[in-house]
Amino acid sequence: MGEKLLMKGNEVIAEAALRAGCKHYFGYPITPQTEIAHYMAKKMPEVDGVFVQAESEVAAINMVYGAAAAGARVLTSSSSPGISLKQEGISYIAGAELPCVIVNIVRCGPGLGGILPAQCDYFQAVKGGGHGDYKMVVLAPSSVQELYELTVDAFNIADKYRIVTMIMGDGILGQMMEAVEFRNQEEIIPADKSWATTGTEMKRDNNMVTSIYINPEMLEKHNQKLQAKYKQIEENETRVEVYNCENPDIIITAFGTVARIVKNVIKTAEKEGIKIGLIRPISLWPFPTQEFEKYAEVPKAFLSVELNAGQMVEDVKLAVNGKRPVHFYGRMGGMIPSQQEILDKVKEILK
Amino acid sequence: MATVFKRPHALKDLSMHYCPGCTHGIVHRLIAEVIDELGIEGKTIGVSPVGCTYNNYEYFNCDMVQAAHGRAPAVGTGIKRVNPDNLVFTYQGDGDLAAIGTAEIVHAATRGEKITSIFVNNAIYGMTSGQMAPTTLMNQVTTTSPFGRKPDLHGFPVKVCELLSTLEGAVYVERVSVHDIKNIMNAKKAIKKAFQIQMAGKGFAIVEILSTCPTNWGLKPVDALKWVQDKMIPFYPLGNFKGKDLEV
Repeated sequence: MGEKLLMKGNEVIAEAALRAGCKHYFGYPITPQTEIAHYMAKKMPEVDGVFVQAESEVAAINMVYGAAAAGARVLTSSSSPGISLKQEGISYIAGAELPCVIVNIVRCGPGLGGILPAQCDYFQAVKGGGHGDYKMVVLAPSSVQELYELTVDAFNIADKYRIVTMIMGDGILGQMMEAVEFRNQEEIIPADKSWATTGTEMKRDNNMVTSIYINPEMLEKHNQKLQAKYKQIEENETRVEVYNCENPDIIITAFGTVARIVKNVIKTAEKEGIKIGLIRPISLWPFPTQEFEKYAEVPKAFLSVELNAGQMVEDVKLAVNGKRPVHFYGRMGGMIPSQQEILDKVKEILK
Repeated sequence: MATVFKRPHALKDLSMHYCPGCTHGIVHRLIAEVIDELGIEGKTIGVSPVGCTYNNYEYFNCDMVQAAHGRAPAVGTGIKRVNPDNLVFTYQGDGDLAAIGTAEIVHAATRGEKITSIFVNNAIYGMTSGQMAPTTLMNQVTTTSPFGRKPDLHGFPVKVCELLSTLEGAVYVERVSVHDIKNIMNAKKAIKKAFQIQMAGKGFAIVEILSTCPTNWGLKPVDALKWVQDKMIPFYPLGNFKGKDLEV
């Protein structure tokens, strides 16, 4: 590893994108992620890159669509209400099989909600917020170091599979300053972009980027191709951290910042003789179903702790498949659960 | 024997899906002729809209990108910002550009985005079967204004060229028509100039083309051409609004 710096999460995302070879950023301001835009506005000219402050999130995502069609590594970032506006574009990008990276520094909803941390966009991200049968890869970092590493990976994944890859964090991660150690050189995996619309130069047939297939046989084939690709991604790109899961009384599952609180709960609980394991999905889609299957009969119960009304818990239940009870504890509206609250819930379940 | 007339190279040898008497085919051909004459097919990227011309990416020989409804100027912005040496044009109808895509066209023009919009105004939604468009004329009967467009109920038609010509970033704004030979030739000149302005890096250019929709107007093709002349042109005056004397 190379340089170690103390940096704000949002700025690390921007720096990671630049290091991953992203020279095009299109965005629209919204709290709590706007530092990404500030960083890009300042740094893009240094790398002969492009920063455009769009007139809306709708325009920004369509600029991303155009830039991705032209073969560029491209980034946009926003927060929940802005990500809702981008859903139309995300569906088109998924349909046209273009690679891009989208950052969602989630805030609480519904509606304008509030600017404080939340995980209430889990469903929107992993089940498809836009129309049609599509998936995006969704990565959920839990530290500033991971924001860096996963942002770089996101560009490689996007290019490799021609898919939208989302980095999903929250205001804690985005606003928090933490040490981050950068590599001296990023691994930028070269991808075939012979499909890109860069001009034929009269040397090849014209390229067409589209998501419309009026012929139903062709559209079904296109959908089957997408589904085959998603299957391949499930096999290759599932990421999960399994922590302290040897013979636990209970396994807590949590992602992002909540998983960090849970790690502290685990230490406190140990002193009281309660053994808690943690399964932390890093890729929310593809969901680490196999890991849950593997541990399904190990603890007495599962507990999903989330900053929402209970979203990921549905995927945990599907994966555990009735083999053990799956409980839920969540806070909403920007409220963060304390260690004690989580421990109390654990004790209540184990009683 | 000398060839005096042939299909432009930039246009594929395909039969188009447009209704009899529709002028989209003429506009496609004019764009293709200009691309040929400027020798820019290899670096041109077109952006197709949503509407009757959603699949006109099939008809051109240059690279093409299909955009969501109204978003073509944003998509064009993305393409152009990646490869500034490309010539990027959007092809949009009145519903696409002047209703759902109003923000995108206004702000592409505001930024002085170096792209060209070909705006086909036929005063109606064609693809979805003849609904009222933002450019539908007063008293014009459509499927969603069955008693005619009335100011109290529907407000007034949008004059896109007049609107955009107030923006500094829009350097070339011209309204033309394709209802007769003379005007078709003028339309071609305007498209050519708009493309040359983009190639010279001057800024945003738009050519509004008054066009027909005999099917949804309920008129015979010849009567539709006359309707452009008699009804549309008095309300949408032809001519250059901006950039006439711009050197290219």
